[in-house]
Amino acid sequence: MSPEQIAQVVDAKGLSCPMPIVKTAQAIKGLASGQLLEVLATDPGSVKDFTAWAKTTGNPIVEQSVEGSVYRFVLRKK
Amino acid sequence: MDDEPLNIVLFSGTEDRLQAAAVMASGAAALGRKVNIFLQYWALDAFRKDRISASLGLAPEAGERGATLVREAAAAGQQPWHATLRVAKELGEIDIQACSLSMDVLKIEEQDLDALVDGVEGVTAFYLNAGDGHILFI
Repeated sequence: MSPEQIAQVVDAKGLSCPMPIVKTAQAIKGLASGQLLEVLATDPGSVKDFTAWAKTTGNPIVEQSVEGSVYRFVLRKK
Repeated sequence: MDDEPLNIVLFSGTEDRLQAAAVMASGAAALGRKVNIFLQYWALDAFRKDRISASLGLAPEAGERGATLVREAAAAGQQPWHATLRVAKELGEIDIQACSLSMDVLKIEEQDLDALVDGVEGVTAFYLNAGDGHILFI
């Protein structure tokens, strides 16, 4: 099975809270149900914030990693 | 609880407190929660067209060290409080109302206010719209 295509990438590196989440919420509005959104962030609160946002809005995190100071999340639009 | 709005009574007119309120509102809007903001006194004054982009200072506890740190954050690209609010308003449902008493006290007319402000209301209307949601006083 080939990896699923990322529909859109939000580069929120260097942005402080709450902008990574705000930009994510904006971007996901434009996606169709089931499409994937990748977000890159350096805000140290990102892991907890994205977990909470995904849980509250029902758009799950399907992939999560950290490389150096950059957090990467892949979210699926519900 | 998720269906109840977040209600912010915004009283303070310094940039740090306005930014803190804008951050709370943005977070709630990103979660799909409705936000009501009630502007009183110095916060209302800060929403005047001729004041909104002005330097409004910081809370007294900032001191010189705090002022330096806030200046550095701005230089590093942190957007001003009103820009945070504008983005949040595009994202979610944020209703910003001016307190009618504060309008009288500060001799402010509706046309003096920035377009971020949706209208003027009294405290009773604020409580009605607040429902059972949290109320923050900033």
